[in-house]
Amino acid sequence: MNDQLYQDRIVALAKAKTGAGKLDAPTKSARRDNPLCGDRVTMDIKLDGQGRITEIAHQVRGCLLCQASASALSAVAVGRDAAGVADIRHDAERALGRESGDPREPFTAFAPVAAHKSRQECVLLPFEALKDALS
Amino acid sequence: MAGTEYGMSFDIAAVRRQFPILSEIIDGRPVHYLDNGASAQTPLAVIDAVRHYETTSRANVLRGVHRLAERATEAYENARAEVAKFLGVQPLEVIFTGGCTAAINLVAYSYGSLLKAGDRILLSELEHHSNIVPWQLLRARSGVEIDMIPVTEDGRIDLTKLPRLVTSRTKLISLAHVSNVTGALLDIRAVVAAAKSVGAKVMLDGAQRAPHGPLDLPSLGIDFYAFAGHKAYGPNGIGVLWGKPELLDAMPPFMGGGSMIGRVTFAETTWAPSPRRFEAGTPAIGPAIGLGAACSWMQALDWTAAHDHEMALVQRLMDGLQKVDGTRLFGPASLQNRYPVVSFTLDGVHPHDVAQTLDSFGVAVRAGHHCAQPLMDRFDLDGTTRVSMAPYNDNTDIDALLAGVAHAARTLR
Ligand SMILES: Cc1ncc(COP(=O)(O)O)c(C=O)c1O
Repeated sequence: MNDQLYQDRIVALAKAKTGAGKLDAPTKSARRDNPLCGDRVTMDIKLDGQGRITEIAHQVRGCLLCQASASALSAVAVGRDAAGVADIRHDAERALGRESGDPREPFTAFAPVAAHKSRQECVLLPFEALKDALS
Repeated sequence: MAGTEYGMSFDIAAVRRQFPILSEIIDGRPVHYLDNGASAQTPLAVIDAVRHYETTSRANVLRGVHRLAERATEAYENARAEVAKFLGVQPLEVIFTGGCTAAINLVAYSYGSLLKAGDRILLSELEHHSNIVPWQLLRARSGVEIDMIPVTEDGRIDLTKLPRLVTSRTKLISLAHVSNVTGALLDIRAVVAAAKSVGAKVMLDGAQRAPHGPLDLPSLGIDFYAFAGHKAYGPNGIGVLWGKPELLDAMPPFMGGGSMIGRVTFAETTWAPSPRRFEAGTPAIGPAIGLGAACSWMQALDWTAAHDHEMALVQRLMDGLQKVDGTRLFGPASLQNRYPVVSFTLDGVHPHDVAQTLDSFGVAVRAGHHCAQPLMDRFDLDGTTRVSMAPYNDNTDIDALLAGVAHAARTLR
């Protein structure tokens, strides 16, 4: 077996479903679709007066990579504003080998996706949805 | 259908030997190619025919008096004759197009231009986007209306709904001969009978049927037939439209250019007769010659045996999938009136993750919406994993797939 992509950490992140679900009264919400594969992510957030995330929830209709990414993102998003979320996106980009430098946790888990270009958008889709929700 | 040119009846090892790519080893694993519905593999006979043209006859067609041009034109027209034989029609009724999509667009544009606002086109819920979007473009241009035949729970076009949907305003019914998602075979007779009762024309999208053996189009009572070369063991960039000659003759051109004219002046241009009217510009000569060779290759295969073989693989696949907890088959449960395209889902695992896992087992399949989003919406599916077979597939392909699905079920949920 040469099953490089689905390593335990990615599967664990997806199964953890951190932040999976909906918020009752989100300050903002945004949905993003990937027309090529049909993946869909909805992000609900609550913000404080400074535009920082106080609560986050996501619904993913998509593959394991997209679920794992939404879970990882939700685990580290609370307390961050738009700039802070843009900053952690660099960690995902680094893990995918699209930017140089070492990614911070938990995004090192996505390093196996660097070799699978066609699946990288799956990892980035939750970031796109959260960016829309924050804008 | 005893083989003449390539002299063979059905013998799986002999069939496989003709497809060089099937002996490819990738990362130490053989290729288990089960994505034939997207693009089939191509046999040596096709590769040789294209090479022969490129190395001995390469020139433009219909235009030169030199000997290479004559060879090229002859090879191109011979290819048309091979395709015609495969379809059971006359060569001059066969139009080479850029693909199946291009053939459907040709009809939607040229035949569509004869339709008026308020005329109705009837499609089905399981159509490939390429048999939906061209009609929506026509609707935007001319105000025709589109009706849709729903599908049954087991993924067939629900023909019990035909009487309500076929009206005197219905001008054309365009349906998949075989579904690219469920493998369901259309009951053409019922469709043609309903169409005839109101004088509507019938077009079939044969993309998923043509790769499974010769046809006898005149006996079907239909008006147009489209298919793609690359799914029928031929090259890319070539497809076919067949149309009844009296319909083709009444249709204006789709594209203008060289080869499709009678006489051009700036005041007026007259059209060449079909098929040239619909083959503007230099055609895909090499690919057409390759498709001709693919049609004669198919013609030489014993399809009774090949079909039995394909259906035995479908049975093995369905039996095996049912042993994996959480798999659901989507499409007809029986082997009757279907072709070897099988879609399934695995509870708790996204189809793309199934397909990716299968890739690591050396198994190529397709996952996603299969360009049939209305069908996915109808069943509220993210997508399916689709296994599509060809005569060169064997039990090892199915068993490798089943091992991969079992692995995905164990590790990804
Ligand atoms: C049923 C059906 N129709 C049409 C097409 C379009 O074929 P092409 O993309 O080769 O033009 C396909 C291919 O995916 C198909 O499966």
